[in-house]
Amino acid sequence: MASRYSAFSLIKNALSYHEKWTPAWRSPEPKKEYDIIIVGAGGHGLATAYYLAKELGERNVAVIERGWLGGGNTGRNTTIVRSNYLWDESAALYEHALRLWEGLSQELNYNVMFSQRGVLNLAHNEHDMREISRRVNANRLNGIDSEFLNAEQVKEFCPPIDLRGGGRYPVLGASLQRRAGTARHDAVAWGYARGASDLGVDIIQECPVNAMRIENGKITGLDTGKGFIGARKVGVVVAGHSTVLADMAGISLPIKSVPLQALVSEPVKPCIDCVVMSGAVHAYVSQSDKGELVIGAGVDKYNGYGQRGSLPVTEETLAAVCELFPQFRRMRMLRQWGGIVDVCPDASPIISKTPVQGLYFNCGWGTGGFKATPGSGHVFAHTIAKDEPHPLAAPFSLDRYRTGYLIDEHGAAAVAH
Amino acid sequence: MLLIPCPYCGEREETEFSFGDEAHIQRPADPDSLSDEEWARYVFMHTNPKGVHFEQWVHTAGCRKWFNVVRDTVSYEILAVYEMGKPKPDIEDRRQV
Repeated sequence: MASRYSAFSLIKNALSYHEKWTPAWRSPEPKKEYDIIIVGAGGHGLATAYYLAKELGERNVAVIERGWLGGGNTGRNTTIVRSNYLWDESAALYEHALRLWEGLSQELNYNVMFSQRGVLNLAHNEHDMREISRRVNANRLNGIDSEFLNAEQVKEFCPPIDLRGGGRYPVLGASLQRRAGTARHDAVAWGYARGASDLGVDIIQECPVNAMRIENGKITGLDTGKGFIGARKVGVVVAGHSTVLADMAGISLPIKSVPLQALVSEPVKPCIDCVVMSGAVHAYVSQSDKGELVIGAGVDKYNGYGQRGSLPVTEETLAAVCELFPQFRRMRMLRQWGGIVDVCPDASPIISKTPVQGLYFNCGWGTGGFKATPGSGHVFAHTIAKDEPHPLAAPFSLDRYRTGYLIDEHGAAAVAH
Repeated sequence: MLLIPCPYCGEREETEFSFGDEAHIQRPADPDSLSDEEWARYVFMHTNPKGVHFEQWVHTAGCRKWFNVVRDTVSYEILAVYEMGKPKPDIEDRRQV
């Protein structure tokens, strides 16, 4: 059992020179069999395991991970959390997540550094203005805080922006969600891992899945790097590698894997205290507590599993950032990386049962999964434990590609995917 | 940055090209007889291999002709380029887990 974190425990451990902290989670060897195995120890997978143990009384659960926990897209995203999605189904799901974010540090006794600093989505032309006002109104009808700002109000909320946008990207207005913001991405994975481990979940790292064993249309276990592990149910939450695992089970998914890039600058003094997003030019900017500018870029246009991305994509994003914030032009970039995201044709996730009994997939979050981490885990845990979709997850079933009930968030979700 | 050997113009940078997704998908011969399941498969369920991928490209800022490319999606190595309508070349599967 990990010790409870508090000001008192900090002082107590300071007296022993911080040498006596206990590990935050256990690293056991896998048992022969589990009731439920979650594949993928990213934020979504760990959150799923946490809620399975915490709210659904599942005590025989394991999370297996090919690399190390939180080492995939959880550790590679630009940490933005918001819920201003256009359609009712998405708004309900992302708002559910945002409400969980608001109490997450207390829930986990782990500081996830959730900072509701406000997210701006810029409009650069008349069409963007109409699109944004439509979305603001849709959000408000769904009870999500959302405001429409004109150009002067944008400048007042975020003074560093150059409203002229260098002539290429003039800022005419923006939507603002004040409850949106950022969170510390690693802390979310670590907090959920610690919480789940305390509730008896085995987290097994460096354990790749090599094959799935399916008998009479029912899953019976996984062949892994640490031998065969039996399971009654398996939940797969592996983002860009979803189709690799779906292929093992003989299931078709409508997913395309592409690298999404991000980069950080050298650290500077505080200069931007909100998140600025521009869907039209696909650039996101915020500043981390260390002072680095965190910049999100776009995806490669072609399928790829290389975790780096193509240079022209970064170039386009940085060109736009330099037009919107001329004072950043001389900054140097420290690091650049890519994460493999799983993009669906309608830019909405799949949280679903599959044709294989006992096998569940949670994937297709594409370029925007981080914000949904707690909500995604919460509804997926219910879907697995009860073998029927959580009401919020039901519209996101794999079957929607057959029925045609798509939830098309391309462009509508405040960002061009 | 990919250097793509256009079969008509030679090697050019990827920014001159547009990607056209998976190659060799046959439009159904008799669309009226398809079930919803089969339509979904045709429209949405494409392959997404970690390894050898058969795909279409168009040289947008060049000759504007379409052609097929065989590419490794892990190393990004281009293994073959061939004209539209030609059969799939025989290339060893490098699928990775």
